Amino acid sequence: MKQRTIIHGVVLASFCLGFGILLAATKDFTAEEISLRQVEDLQNSLTQVIPPGLHDNSPVKDAITLKGDDGKDVVVYRATKAGKLTGVAYEVRGQGYGGEIRLIMGLDADGKILGVRALQHKETPGLGDKIDVAKSDWITRFTGLGLGSPPKDAWRVKKDGGQFDQFSGATITPRGVVAAIRGGLEFFAAHKAELLEVR
Amino acid sequence: MAKYGTIVRDGLWDNNGVLAQMLGMCPTMAMTTSATNGLGMGLATAFVMATSNLLIAALRGFITREVRIPVFILIIASMVTVVDLTMNAWMHDLYKVLGLFIPLIVSNCLPLGRAEVFAAKEPVLPSFVDGLSMGIGFTLALTTIGAMREIVGSGTLFADASLLLGSAFKFMELRVFAADKGVLMAVLPPGGFLAMGLLLACKRIIDVRSGKAIPTGPVGHCVA
Repeated sequence: MKQRTIIHGVVLASFCLGFGILLAATKDFTAEEISLRQVEDLQNSLTQVIPPGLHDNSPVKDAITLKGDDGKDVVVYRATKAGKLTGVAYEVRGQGYGGEIRLIMGLDADGKILGVRALQHKETPGLGDKIDVAKSDWITRFTGLGLGSPPKDAWRVKKDGGQFDQFSGATITPRGVVAAIRGGLEFFAAHKAELLEVR
Repeated sequence: MAKYGTIVRDGLWDNNGVLAQMLGMCPTMAMTTSATNGLGMGLATAFVMATSNLLIAALRGFITREVRIPVFILIIASMVTVVDLTMNAWMHDLYKVLGLFIPLIVSNCLPLGRAEVFAAKEPVLPSFVDGLSMGIGFTLALTTIGAMREIVGSGTLFADASLLLGSAFKFMELRVFAADKGVLMAVLPPGGFLAMGLLLACKRIIDVRSGKAIPTGPVGHCVA
C-alpha cells in the first residue's frame, strides 16, 4: 500500500516537473517580445497625453520615480525639448463604479493639463465607459485646465457643486475621474520642484 | 469514420458544452457582451481544449487514476499559460481585448470535463477531434449569445471584429441601429441569462421537433 502511494506522488511530481520546464521555456522564449510590446503600449499612451511636438527626447526612457501621497511609487515620464523640461506624464488612479480606474495624465511645465486618457477600467458598458476616448470625447474637456482654472472647489461633478458634467445614468464614474485628476494636479503642485529639476 | 461524425455532432450540437452540458458558465456569462468577445474567447478555449485533450490522451498511460484530476488541471493550466504568453507576445492587439479572460479558461470546467470523460479513455486522434469539436461548439454558443446581446444592447454586430481577425474582416462590423438606442440590460449580467435561456429553449424546440429524445444526462457538478 505504502509503495503504491509513493508511485502516485512520483507520477504527479514528474508531470509537474515536465510542464514546469515547458512553462519556463515558453516564458523565456516570449519574455523579450512581451517587454517590447509593453514599452510600445506605454509609448502609445504617452503620445496621447504629451503632443509629440513638445519634446525631442524619449519620455519612456526619461523616467523618475517619486513617492505619492499614499506612499506608493509614482513613475513620472518627462518630456524635454532642447534640454528644457516641457511636460511630464504619470498615472493616476480613481475609484469608479466597477473598481479602480487607471488614467494617464500629461501636464506642461506650468501644471496645465495637456491631456488625460483612461488606461484601464471596468465601468459599465454604455454608461460609465464614456470615459474611454473611443466611446466619447468627454475626457478631452480636461485639456488646458489646471489647479487654478477652474478654482479648486469647482473640481467636482455638477451634482456635487462643481463644474464638470456627469453623464446620464452615471455619476460615480465621472466623480472618480474628476477626483483622480484633481489628485494628479495636487501631486504636481506638491512635487513641482522635483518634477521640473533638469538632470 | 462514423465515429468521428458522432464526435463532431456531439460537440457542435447534441452534447454542446454550453447548451446541453451547461458547463463553462463563467466565461459564457462574462465574455458575451459582444459577438466578437464571444468569438475570441471561444477560439482561445477551443485551442486549449484541442491541445490539452491531445496531450492528456497521449500521456494517459502514465497518469494513475488517483492523481488524474490534478494532472489534468496541470496540463490544462499549462496550455492556458502557453496561450496567454504567446498571445501577449505575437498577437498583442488581440491580447489587449481578451487578455483579462484567458486565465479564466483554467476555471472553465468544460476542458476538465472532456479530459475526464473522453481524453482519459480514448486514443490521441479521437480525443483531439473531441476537444476541437467541443471547443467549436462552445465558440458557436458564445458567439450566438454575444450576437444577441450586442444587437439588442448596443445596436451593433461584430464591432471590433477586425481587431480580432485582422483588417480583412472589417466588412463583418455592422451597425443595426443608432447608438444610445439599445436596451442596456442586454449587455449587463441579466441579459446574459436571458439570452442563454432563450437559446436553450430554441435548442429544445428544435430537438423535440426533430423527434430527438431530450438528453437528461448528468448535470455538471461544477458551475464555474
